[in-house]
Amino acid sequence: MADAPLLTLDDLRVDFHTPTGIVNAVRGLSFTLGRERLGIVGESGSGKSMTGRAILDLIPHPGVVTAKRMEFRGKDLTTMDKASRRKLRGRHISMVMQDPKFSLNPVQTVGDQIAEAYRVHHKASARQAKERSLSMLEAVQIREPGRVYDLYPHEVSGGMGQRVMIAMMLIAEPEILIADEPTSALDVTVQLQVLKILDDLVTSRGMGLIFISHDLHLVKSFCDRVIVMYGGKAMETLPASELDRAQHPYTRGLLGCLPDLDHPREKLATLNRDPAWLA
Amino acid sequence: MSTNSAINVDKLNVSFGDSHVVKDLSFAVEPGESYGIVGESGSGKSTVLRVLAGLNRDWSGEVDILGKRQPKIRDKAFYRAVQMVFQDPYGSLHPKKTVDDTLAEPLAIHGIRDAETKISRALQDVGLPASFRFRYPHQLSGGQRQRVAIARALVLEPTILLLDEPTSALDVSIQAEVLNLLQALRHERKLTYILVSHDLAVVGHMCERLLVMQFGRGVEEMTAATLAARAPQTAYAQQLLTASEGFRRAG
Ligand SMILES: Nc1ncnc2c1ncn2[C@@H]1O[C@H](COP(=O)(O)OP(=O)(O)OP(=O)(O)O)[C@@H](O)[C@H]1O
Ligand SMILES: Nc1ncnc2c1ncn2[C@@H]1O[C@H](COP(=O)(O)OP(=O)(O)OP(=O)(O)O)[C@@H](O)[C@H]1O
Ligand SMILES: [Mg+2]
Ligand SMILES: [Mg+2]
Repeated sequence: MADAPLLTLDDLRVDFHTPTGIVNAVRGLSFTLGRERLGIVGESGSGKSMTGRAILDLIPHPGVVTAKRMEFRGKDLTTMDKASRRKLRGRHISMVMQDPKFSLNPVQTVGDQIAEAYRVHHKASARQAKERSLSMLEAVQIREPGRVYDLYPHEVSGGMGQRVMIAMMLIAEPEILIADEPTSALDVTVQLQVLKILDDLVTSRGMGLIFISHDLHLVKSFCDRVIVMYGGKAMETLPASELDRAQHPYTRGLLGCLPDLDHPREKLATLNRDPAWLA
Repeated sequence: MSTNSAINVDKLNVSFGDSHVVKDLSFAVEPGESYGIVGESGSGKSTVLRVLAGLNRDWSGEVDILGKRQPKIRDKAFYRAVQMVFQDPYGSLHPKKTVDDTLAEPLAIHGIRDAETKISRALQDVGLPASFRFRYPHQLSGGQRQRVAIARALVLEPTILLLDEPTSALDVSIQAEVLNLLQALRHERKLTYILVSHDLAVVGHMCERLLVMQFGRGVEEMTAATLAARAPQTAYAQQLLTASEGFRRAG
């Protein structure tokens, strides 16, 4: 990468102090993000979502974030005050949450929520914002955007909710987008169309994309690099196109668990987790 | 369509206000069969499952389950025999209830004894440590919540399981464990499944037959063998198969 990274993380840790002990959700994660598609895959509960939330300063109580370095375009996030962090959020760094319907306001129509997200960051009349939101819905392949604009979150399907969330996060044109399982509820054809939008933003506008996903095939074909996480740590980082040739036994194990149309079997292979991976 | 199907749906129609979202849909699922539904986002898959589960009362057509014509409102015995795992686990778990409450409640409602053993067993089955029993949904990761939702459906030992994207939030190792568990239970207890998924490899692995939906209609029913041979009849099904090969960057 020729240009300076958009984001630098060194030794990120997220701990939850609970009555029954400390949960170490992220345990010393380091990486840099350029104008690229960086995939994060890994075990359920390995700290992927908490990593995204830590970057945005959205770790819920009683979580505590520490890092040796956490910088956005050279600005030190570890010493930045809450108000400035909030300003970065949405406008400069956005996150598509894993549970889109839960993250949306249940008593406001999805269209109004997108329009509002636009007006927070851009000077626009209500009408302009609505038009912009409708075209965003269309861009994410929503059929009948006019009808869907007026629906409440509980009235949209799983995949429509995900696309509403993507539309809402992209409308502000952030420099970094963290997308947490953004397409897991989309059928494969719509999924590719939505990925195409994200891809164009990286290629044409130089956005940095952190793409959290369980879909190994997709990450392999879509991302530039991939971090494999287990138990709050990175097991390995490798070029996405080389995922099939991964060395780490955890990554190898993951690849072995995939069902495959061409190689049907009675029972899927499962992983033997080795405590040494966390040493 | 045999008369002793586990599930028989005939000309099902569902509308929300002016939008007609399920259109003349018919299919049958045999006892002990695992039947897949795939298709376009928004095509009505979850709506069909909600009708079958008795959660949507605004429909027309005929629905027979376990040999009984189903009224709009179901009785308590029905809910013991037919369980659903919802697509969005966060929404289906009560935010103020611990994992333990969530699993104990259906057992209490149906007056089932030995809750303690059943709850530990269900958690173990879905790969959650016992220490998670007293956590609230917000203290769990996405995949951990999905596993609680699966455990809740299994704890009642139903005959029919309606599974809406049950493993979409799970990493592939946990997915393999959950799918193996579901297959083992199906064979041991002769359970019947409907599995909605966007992952064609998962459907191919789990199901004998599947239905492809688009715009609220069933566009093609096929066997898993047809899917594996990539030999569907319709253009839309073919398109889904092509798209499942991954992302291609133009140029
Ligand atoms: N409030 C909390 N108290 C205690 N532990 C928590 C809390 N919130 C999250 N955790 C734990 O932190 C760990 C990391 O969670 P995170 O949501 O980052 O996982 P993830 O990698 O995104 O998993 P998934 O793929 O299942 O979404 C999990 O084991 C989770 O149980
Ligand atoms: N309560 C409701 N009010 C109005 N419209 C609704 C309601 N519930 C569902 N719909 C509409 O019904 C259609 C089908 O939704 P459904 O959730 O069944 O789709 P799906 O096939 O499960 O999609 P996905 O794959 O995205 O989950 C959508 O257009 C949705 O907006
Ligand atoms: Mg997560
Ligand atoms: Mg659905």
